[in-house]
Amino acid sequence: MQNWRRNKFAFSVLFLPPAAWLVIFFTLPLAIVWVYSFGARGPLGEIILDWSAVSLGNYARSLEWINLEIVAKSIWIAVVATAICIGLGFPLAMGIAFASPRYRNILLLLVILPFWTNLLIRTYAWIAVLRERGHVNFALEWLHDTINGGLAVLGLPALLGAFEPLQLLYNQNAVIIGIVYVNLPFMVLPLYATLEKLDRSYLEASLDLGAGQWRTLFSVTVPLSLPGISTGVLLTFILALGSFLTPDLLGGPDSIMIGNLIAQQFGSARDWPFGAALSFLLMYATFIILWVKAMVAKREGGSAF
Amino acid sequence: MTEKPGIISIRNVSRRFGTVTAVHTVSLEIGEGEFFALLGPSGCGKTTLLRMLAGFESPTEGEIVIAGIPMLGVDPNRRPVNMVFQSYAVFPHMTVEQNVGYGLRVTGVARAEAAERVKEALSLVKLGGFEGRMPSQLSGGQRQRVALARALVKRPKVLLLDEPLSALDAKLREAMQIELVRLQKTVGITFVIVTHDQDEALSMANRIAVMEAGRVRQVAAPADLYEFPNSRFVAGFIGKLNLFEGRVAGVQDGKLALDIKGLDRIAVPFDGHASGEIAIAIRPEKLRLDRQPSAADRIGVRGRVSEVAYYGNESHVYLKTDDGTSVTANVPNSARSTRPTIVVGDELWASWDAADTLVLTE
Repeated sequence: MQNWRRNKFAFSVLFLPPAAWLVIFFTLPLAIVWVYSFGARGPLGEIILDWSAVSLGNYARSLEWINLEIVAKSIWIAVVATAICIGLGFPLAMGIAFASPRYRNILLLLVILPFWTNLLIRTYAWIAVLRERGHVNFALEWLHDTINGGLAVLGLPALLGAFEPLQLLYNQNAVIIGIVYVNLPFMVLPLYATLEKLDRSYLEASLDLGAGQWRTLFSVTVPLSLPGISTGVLLTFILALGSFLTPDLLGGPDSIMIGNLIAQQFGSARDWPFGAALSFLLMYATFIILWVKAMVAKREGGSAF
Repeated sequence: MTEKPGIISIRNVSRRFGTVTAVHTVSLEIGEGEFFALLGPSGCGKTTLLRMLAGFESPTEGEIVIAGIPMLGVDPNRRPVNMVFQSYAVFPHMTVEQNVGYGLRVTGVARAEAAERVKEALSLVKLGGFEGRMPSQLSGGQRQRVALARALVKRPKVLLLDEPLSALDAKLREAMQIELVRLQKTVGITFVIVTHDQDEALSMANRIAVMEAGRVRQVAAPADLYEFPNSRFVAGFIGKLNLFEGRVAGVQDGKLALDIKGLDRIAVPFDGHASGEIAIAIRPEKLRLDRQPSAADRIGVRGRVSEVAYYGNESHVYLKTDDGTSVTANVPNSARSTRPTIVVGDELWASWDAADTLVLTE
């Protein structure tokens, strides 16, 4: 197995180009950002990297209350979005995994289909759906007028009054809707992969032993798909935590996330050192989550993913 | 045993998948306390039939009655049967005790009673002391015992076993055959086993249904099936045989007179109806090999030894007759000797008692 590894020449020919690519375009820039995170912001927004300026000040600053609040809000939004993704994703993945093989690939394709459109365009589409004069409100208005019209035909007074459009956009709920929409495939795909491999005779054995469908779902199907659930939760949570575009476009005053804070530092605030420190804190958090997952998987004798 | 009202009645059951007919108008009565085997090559519909008994498939036509209750529309979790799956399907996330107790837990059996029954079932399959083990810490044979205990603890009217021995190695398989027969006698309920292995069916079952292409070809006790197969398929599927083609010449002194290719006209006792093209067969162990022409009251054929296969307890001698037909004879090595008595190239007469001839009309 893996004989090509023994052939040093073939190995280096295959290995060097991607390694060089990763070092030049990923590791080096990341190292530069890491160095910046210890610097200071000059009065005009320049980066000061003198020995006298180097400090942990940026990291200390990120622990100020105002920033911790943003972190807490980001975690809360990510947790809620991940929970909704499981609630929607598990039945969806089960539906696909248990569908007849003829439809399975089509259904999977439908899950992946949104990736073919740019995220920016898809997010703008949500604005068109949720805004005051958007599709949701149009539909509600039509329903409202129909009911009122129906009552008028029956000679009854209009019970519902004038239509007030719902404020669906530029708040935390819009952000959660957007994040759920963007990340749902990352929940469905690992769940599907696990459920599709699940030996059907476990489910049949449970039924045979007298358990109903719901009991079988919670006592057999869910426990046996825990590897897929944890992978899906992890992917969704990490991606949700780092969201930037969705809260930027769909969010309002109550829904700034870490991603927006970082973008501000590199953008309008011109405080790259502080932005760099925040970026690294987010990355450390992600690494810790992945490490915990790997440890748990190792103890259970499975692989990390 | 068959005359008692059957615990399972299968009446004209068919099962079609699209254009494929997996089970074709099968009718069977299985009696209480029987060890019944569904035997056939893969794809013959035996597993589909078993799954219809368990409730995982429903018949396209016909009716299944278990313990007097029609099973149409009855879900698997409400049937008085339990199944041992081919893969065992022992839940990997539960201990042995939790696995065996699962079927009691989900149906609300009181905790104390459930614990008692789990203990009883585990000792029945000789797994006492394994309560806390996880399935990953068990061997294949032990996992199968867990699957057995898990089904038996439910006290079903019928235990269904889907190829239960196919995943075990040869030594363990034979031990498990004896074990299953012992278990069945102990608990006294009906066992229905699906297998493609004729030895398994012959050694364990009281009665066997041989299936081919969705149809039941013959239902009989093991010895009846072996000694009196009703067709070429059953005769060939169960045990080995030497087949000769021929045609019926007439009835002669209450016997059937046959013209068989490669033999002279022979007369065999036969009480059925036969005419036209026909085949006769003789089991290899019923042949006797002699160096002189066989006695006049026996049917004999001359051949040259083309191969000898030595198995220790017996040898299989392969003969080629003058017209090229192959004949196999199993010769017991009853005397202790290391010098072969029969060698390749020997000219021998193979003969058998006319009463041992299988007359196969279909």
